[in-house]
Formats: sequence, C-alpha cells, structure tokens
Amino acid sequence: MSVCTLRIDERDVAIEAGSTLLQAAREAGIAIPTLCVLEGLSPVAACRLCLVEVSGSEKLLPACITPVQEGMQVHTATPRLQEIRRTVIELLFTEGNHVCAICVANGHCELQDLAVEVGMDHSRLPYRFPDRHVDLSHPLFGLDHNRCVLCTRCVRVCDEVEGAHVWDVGWRGEHCRIIAGLDEPWGAVDACTHCGKCVEVCPTGALFHKGDTSEEKHSDPGRLQALVHARHHRQWTP
Amino acid sequence: MSLCLRVCTAASCRSRGGEDLRQALAAVAGSSTVVKGVGCLGPCSEGPLLELETASGVGHPERQLFGNLPASDPAALAALARSLRACAENPKAPAPWQPPAGQALDLNHPFFRLQRRLVLKHCGRIDPESITEALAAGIYQQLQRVLEANDPAAVIELVRRSGLRGRGGAGYPTGLKWATVAKMPGHEKVVVCNADEGDPGAFMDRTVLEGDPHTLLEGMAIAAHAVGASRGFIYVRAEYPLAIARLRQAIHQAEQQGWLGTAIAGSRFNFEIALRVGAGAYVCGEETALIQSIEGKRGMPRPRPPYPAEQGVFGLPTLINNVETFANVPALLRLGVEAYGGGTKVFSLTGDVLRTGVIEVPMGTNLRTIVETMGGGAPQGRTIKAVQTGGPSGGCVPAQQLDTPVTYESLQALGTIMGSGGMVVMDDTTNMVDIARFFMAFSREESCGKCVPCRAGTVQLDNLLCRILERRANPADLEQLESLCVMVMDTSLCGLGQSAPKPVLSTLRHFRGDYLAMLSPEATP
Repeated sequence: MSVCTLRIDERDVAIEAGSTLLQAAREAGIAIPTLCVLEGLSPVAACRLCLVEVSGSEKLLPACITPVQEGMQVHTATPRLQEIRRTVIELLFTEGNHVCAICVANGHCELQDLAVEVGMDHSRLPYRFPDRHVDLSHPLFGLDHNRCVLCTRCVRVCDEVEGAHVWDVGWRGEHCRIIAGLDEPWGAVDACTHCGKCVEVCPTGALFHKGDTSEEKHSDPGRLQALVHARHHRQWTP
Repeated sequence: MSLCLRVCTAASCRSRGGEDLRQALAAVAGSSTVVKGVGCLGPCSEGPLLELETASGVGHPERQLFGNLPASDPAALAALARSLRACAENPKAPAPWQPPAGQALDLNHPFFRLQRRLVLKHCGRIDPESITEALAAGIYQQLQRVLEANDPAAVIELVRRSGLRGRGGAGYPTGLKWATVAKMPGHEKVVVCNADEGDPGAFMDRTVLEGDPHTLLEGMAIAAHAVGASRGFIYVRAEYPLAIARLRQAIHQAEQQGWLGTAIAGSRFNFEIALRVGAGAYVCGEETALIQSIEGKRGMPRPRPPYPAEQGVFGLPTLINNVETFANVPALLRLGVEAYGGGTKVFSLTGDVLRTGVIEVPMGTNLRTIVETMGGGAPQGRTIKAVQTGGPSGGCVPAQQLDTPVTYESLQALGTIMGSGGMVVMDDTTNMVDIARFFMAFSREESCGKCVPCRAGTVQLDNLLCRILERRANPADLEQLESLCVMVMDTSLCGLGQSAPKPVLSTLRHFRGDYLAMLSPEATP
C-alpha cells in the first residue's frame, strides 16, 4: 500500500493512495461541506458543495471523487469557494419549499445545518415556490417532494444496498423529481421491501416515517455504513 | 449530348417541395436525361434547388444551378415537366433544356467560389441512396488503402501531423485522441460518432448525413482500424428522420458490399456499425451522457475522468468524434498532410443574412468574408449587429470585430467558441438581451437536472433575464445576473452547465448597452 502526502489548507496530510480529497480532508480534521455524497454509496458529484481549489488546476474539483496525488496543494475554504457554497445552498432553498418550523427533520436536517455552516441567513435569490406534491400512499413512510433536494441518496441506497431499485429520477432539469417504480404511487410499487433505508439516508425531511411530526425525524446514516462495512468484511458481530 | 439533373432532396429543399420536383422531372426524363436526388446543394435560402450538368462529350461538363423552382405549385410543376418532356422528345433541340421557371444562380458568386469542399466534396454530387455512385466517386478507396497498408500507427501519425481538431465544438486534437484510445489495453474497443447535432441554428452534420453518409462510414471505419475497434455506434438525434433513413440504408448497403462487417475488403479487419436514435435530449450530445444513452440508461453526464478513451461504452475504451471530424478523414488521407493544409470548417449560415445555407470554407477565413461577401450581408436597409457562433455554449461576435479569422483561438479570445458550426447572423433590430434569454431558456429546458448549479441556476438566470426584458430589473439585478453566471460556469458538472452562461456573458461584454437600456428607471435596488 502506497501513501500520498499532500497539503490541505496549509496542513500536511499523509493518506493511502487512491483515497479521495474528501477522505484526506476528513482525516486531517478539515470539514468540507457535502450533501449528495454518503459513505457506503457510490459518489455522483452532483451537489457541487465539496468543490475545492487545487494549485495548478484552473478548474474547481469535487473533493468527493478527486483522487489524492502526491504533492497536491489543496484549498478548501477560500472566499471564492465560500461564496459558491452559499449560492448552492441558496439555489437549493429557493428551488423547493423548505419550511423548517413545520418540518419533521427540523433540528436534524443536513440542509438546515449546511445553511448555518455556509452562513446563509437569507437568500439573495428569489424563492420560486414550486407546486409539488406529497406521496402518502406507502403504509409506513411518506415522501414530501417539497423538501427533496434531489441528492439521489435514496435512489442509490435502494439500488446499491437494498437491491430493490424502487427509486429513480424522472423528467429533467427543473422538472426532475424522485419517482417510485415507473412513476407510480410509492405504495403501489411491489418492489419496495419496506426496509426504510431511503428514509434513513435522506438528508432532509423529504422521506419520513409516517408517525413522525415536526422535529421528530432522526436519520442515522451511520447504520447504513455499518451494514456496508459488515457486508464488505463479512463481520456480522460488532 | 447528355443531361444530368440533380435535385436537392435534403431537408431544407425537401420542405419546399424538392422531392415533388424530383419525381415530376424523373417521370418525364428521356433516355439521355438522368434525374437524381442529391444532398444539399448549398444556398438553402434559394431552394428548391436544381443543378443541370450538360456533357457534350468534349471538354468539362457544364454546370448550371437554378433556385426557387416552383415545386410547391402543382400547375407550375406540371409546366416544368412538360417543358422537359418536350425537350427530351425532340432529339434535334437546338440547345439543352433549361427550366422555364426559377432563377439561375451564378456559380461564380463568392458563395460558391470561396468554398473549399473537402467534407462536402460529394455532397450534392452523388445520390446519397446509391452505394454504386459512392464507389464510383471514390468513397471507400481510402479505407481500402489503409487496410492494404495495415499500419494503424501511420494513420494516427498522419492525423496527428495534420493538426485536425474535433469539429464538434471543443476542438480537442483528433490525432491525440486516437492515439490515446489506440494505446488503451484490451482487445475490445468502440468507435462512436456523435451525430446528436442539437445547437439551434446548426445543420452541418445533418447535411453530411443526408447528402453523403458513406463518407462518414468510411471515416469511422478508418478510425476503427487505427484504434483497434471492432464495434461502432452512430448516435443520431430523432429529429433527423431523413438522415436516419439514409444512414440505415447506407449501413445496409455497405454491409452488403463488404465495406462493413467481417473481413472488410478481404482484410482481417472487422467492423460493424449500429445506429442509436436519441430521444430528444440535447444533453446527450455531451459525450458521457451520450455513452449512458447508448447503454440504454438515462442520458446524464458523469464527471470526467475517467474519460471515454479509458472507460466509455459498456466500460470499453471508446473513441468519440463528431460527424464532421470523421468525414474529414478520407479527404485528409487522400490529399496528404501538405495538400490538406489547415483544413476546412463547415458552417450553417443562417439568420438575418441574404443568402443562407451550408458552406465549407478554409480554416481561418474571415467572418466578414463569410457573412458579407459570401452571405451577402444583412437584408436591405439593415446592418449586421453581431454573429452568434457555438449555439448555447457560444457567444456573439460584434460587427466591429468581423475581421476576425475563424480559428479556435481567435473566437475563444472574443469570448465565444468555434462550436460545431452554427452561424447565426443578427441585424441591428436585434435586442441582445432577447438573444441571451433565448439561449438561457434553451439551457434551462435542456438541463438534465443532475447537478444543482445547472438545474436551479439556469432557472434563476432565465428568470433574471425575463425580469430585465420586462423592464422590472435594477442595477443590482444585473450584478446578480453576472455573478450567478460566473458561479454556474465555474461549478456545473458538465459542458452544458459550464457553458450555459456564455451567451449572457458574451452579450454583456459586447453589448452592455442593450442591458442598461432595459433597466427600469423606477426600480429601486
């Protein structure tokens, strides 16, 4: 196993070759905001929050998929990046209908945490108030499209970990939404095993347990990571 | 004395009755008259077009071009056919037939004279539905030569030395791309032709596909031999039904005649081409999305690296070039590097210009030459304001900079790109904010929705531009427009989002006055 040494925000880091910049930063205790990426699922580099500057590269690179290289000089929190992250969060807030006060995930929401982290106390862009629906056809869970940020964690966890592939992305651009089966009501999709993994990995209150009311949803992506780790290493006892 | 009548049956002339014209003339043609449908003859604005070639047995055949033939009027069409029949039935006619209606076009006009036709050499000359004509015109000879020499490295070296760059827009060196795919390990490789021409105002690739599909197949086969691929795909957009039909037919004919399939031309080289028809997504012209679509998945881009050369269709090393790039290859091999020179670029000239159509000019021709000398400039009483190149990924060149030569570098310096070859001329009645908004609405509609800046950013940008057009915007809105443009450009995942703000930034750079004039005097910041 070879090791790469690189410099992230003036801090020297040594890490296994093949790791990503995000892993290296986390190992060094440097927090880079992320949303779509989740350990245990394949990365899609879609939210663009983890973009970092690398000396010698004009392009901004997504830390979640960029492999470390020997001698890399990485900057994760320049004013330019901070501005970008705030704008990404503003774009997400204005694109949906995010009303924290009445949300099941209030207080435990990754989007809410990110807004605090990037200092978005208000949006400079106008809210779009889209007309979105709520799917309550499933006996155990609900899907509120108003709160969906299209991170596709649910799509990936259902396909890659549960193997049921209930979820997909339908339509395109601003009309994109998460669809169950062939755009059927969630409850009508036989493939769903009712495992609830999608609810566990959802960063917001878009997917929720039906019994939950405001502030009651506590997601635990750690359980997914434990499962993936156990399967990978065939270690089923802690 | 024999007469050959070539009727343009490509999309533009066909929409003006070109096919009716061909049928009416073919029905009455005598034994000494050949009537055939051909691909694009060039000046689409003058369609439907008819070319007359008179061969008297001595000297060069004489060519004449006629435009604006009365093909959509049944009575006039019948009169035209009667005149041809009368001429054909009278062997002692004093002069060859001339259409009694329509308008003779001067073939010495700069529109024709300043062209250099390498890619379009056979387009408008041969019947695209006949492989016999293609073979007689010399198509597939370069493939045969390449197979006989059996030296792929030499072909790649030739392409590299020619300096040929991708004609799809980005301008990546073709030889380097070929060499990379050739060097990839593995026995199975793929060659893909990107025929998903989606830029508004671009129809160069359609012209090649409809007018000379065999040259494309030859170019692809040569590329496949060079990089060691045995499978090929042509990804063509569904909006080109005629191109799809002609490609299908050409592939079938080439298979029948042994120019595609196994043991091509008696060699050990096998290459088969499958057609994939798009489903109306502009983003599928982006190579990683195109690959996903070929694989039968949702056409969404993925981050690069890995590049298609490493991991393309079904994970195999894949060479992707666009139609025009492949169509350049037979000409390059025929001429050699020296005679090929700087090569050419095919443009579809359209918009507020007297003569629109498809032209092929030497690389480095001035924009002014193309737009004013060849295209005849703006319509009477108006002046050119700007020329838009590169579609939604490009920008506008203002009239005062029309003396710029058309090269990858010079256009980039002006904040636009060569692009695939769409060239839209705009006159002084054009509001550039309107243009910027048109392209932004296009990108908004075509965004796949995967990454946040493109999915949500294009909507916000489009809304801001509408606000300006409605005269409800203030200077702060303009500032926000600019900074959001830069953000979307810097952070989007694929080329679509990265270049979506370019028409805005380019018009802001050259025509800021148009924006300022539309700001509301009352709006408070």
